[in-house]
Amino acid sequence: MSRSPAPGTDKIFPTVAAALADQLRDGLRIMSGGFGLSGIAEACIDEIARRAPRGLTIISNNCGNQGQGLAVLLQRKLVAQVICSYVGGNPDLAEQYLAGTVKVELNPQGTFAERIRAGGAGLGGFFTPTGAGTVVAEGKETRLIDGRPHVFETPLRGDLAIVRAQVADVFGNARFHRTARNFSPLMAMAATTTVLEVDRLVPVGDIDPDDVHLPGLFVDRIVHVPTHRNVIEFRTTRPRESA
Amino acid sequence: MSWSREDMVRRAAAEVRPGQIVNLGIGMPTEVANEIPAGLNVMLQSENGLLGMGPYPYDDQVDPLLINAGKQTVTALPGASTFDSALSFAMIRGGHVDLAILGGLEVAANGDLANWTVPGKLITGMGGAMDLAAGAQRLVVLQSHASKDGKPKLVTATTLPLTALACVDRVITEAGVFDPAGTHFVCVERAPDVTEDWIRAHTGAPVMFTP
Repeated sequence: MSRSPAPGTDKIFPTVAAALADQLRDGLRIMSGGFGLSGIAEACIDEIARRAPRGLTIISNNCGNQGQGLAVLLQRKLVAQVICSYVGGNPDLAEQYLAGTVKVELNPQGTFAERIRAGGAGLGGFFTPTGAGTVVAEGKETRLIDGRPHVFETPLRGDLAIVRAQVADVFGNARFHRTARNFSPLMAMAATTTVLEVDRLVPVGDIDPDDVHLPGLFVDRIVHVPTHRNVIEFRTTRPRESA
Repeated sequence: MSWSREDMVRRAAAEVRPGQIVNLGIGMPTEVANEIPAGLNVMLQSENGLLGMGPYPYDDQVDPLLINAGKQTVTALPGASTFDSALSFAMIRGGHVDLAILGGLEVAANGDLANWTVPGKLITGMGGAMDLAAGAQRLVVLQSHASKDGKPKLVTATTLPLTALACVDRVITEAGVFDPAGTHFVCVERAPDVTEDWIRAHTGAPVMFTP
């Protein structure tokens, strides 16, 4: 696996189609950042749906929702397996899971995040108290640590990570907006190839080193995608107090 | 007269102590936020990556990339921080969250909790519930006392798939406040006009009453 170390060289691709052109194939393990529909790499998902590789494994907290986001890949019957933590509100996934056409591997959300982090951090796994004594622990090594049962969990890696950031420089140093960070920097670490879809692309030096959430060495390809649909799942507001 | 949903939410809010880091589960527990008195300096943690969560935004403040774990749009208060999911669950598993308030399906007298799935019903997944149950310093469960067909939800041993072992410190139902005590529950508070007999008849484990 070769990564480009020099800032401002060859990571910029003009379109997501170009960035994903040689990446998409049947049976790919795709890591997708975002929480439900919030902060997802929309253009990358659209392009995967258009190219339609089959038998995909999707590693994502929710795998889309309400027929949108990654759920589009489910609707096109491109997905063989989903590794996730929560599937509520995703009728496409529920239907194909019950029909036996999609395998679902549920993880506690913290275990899911840490497995991805371990995958990117070169670790062989970890022991966690989460899930001890539950179905999650079945078939896994359990060890007493400080008198408390801990379950051994293995690392998760992917072939391709598709993540979105608010701003990145041409080396891939990225900053996320608010709660859109979620699993994205972890997945960027844990995949063989990481494609970053970025709202705003800036020259190196424009992001202060202290403000970098994802160092650019984890990013292989960058596409400037200035506008996003930003679908809100539950728009909750409060009334203004009258003056 | 047993407690209403609003009464239960208010009673749950009374569990919150000044300065605590608190995580509120999806559903009724989310409503507890509205009842926490201002000035307690409580920080709400949302496991999708926000500490210092504020109320729902005004209509013109809505940010699609600022949501809570229930995917509702929220705000960030002064002093808030955002972070990735591994750090968020390090806070939770590492015991840095003082109090979690979650919904429940069954709680056993030894504190075992089942709250994530019912066999035969549509799967939704555990989300962050197992990490919160295993990791929060104190866990309060908000749930109805019995199912709609009268089956007790405070029991000697859970029948539903477990969320975590021996994790529940307190259960708040429409009938009162119950602390798991090993082989029985201790009822520390009764809703008005709920009798000890009603509670005994609707609880699947022995109950002791504090004077």
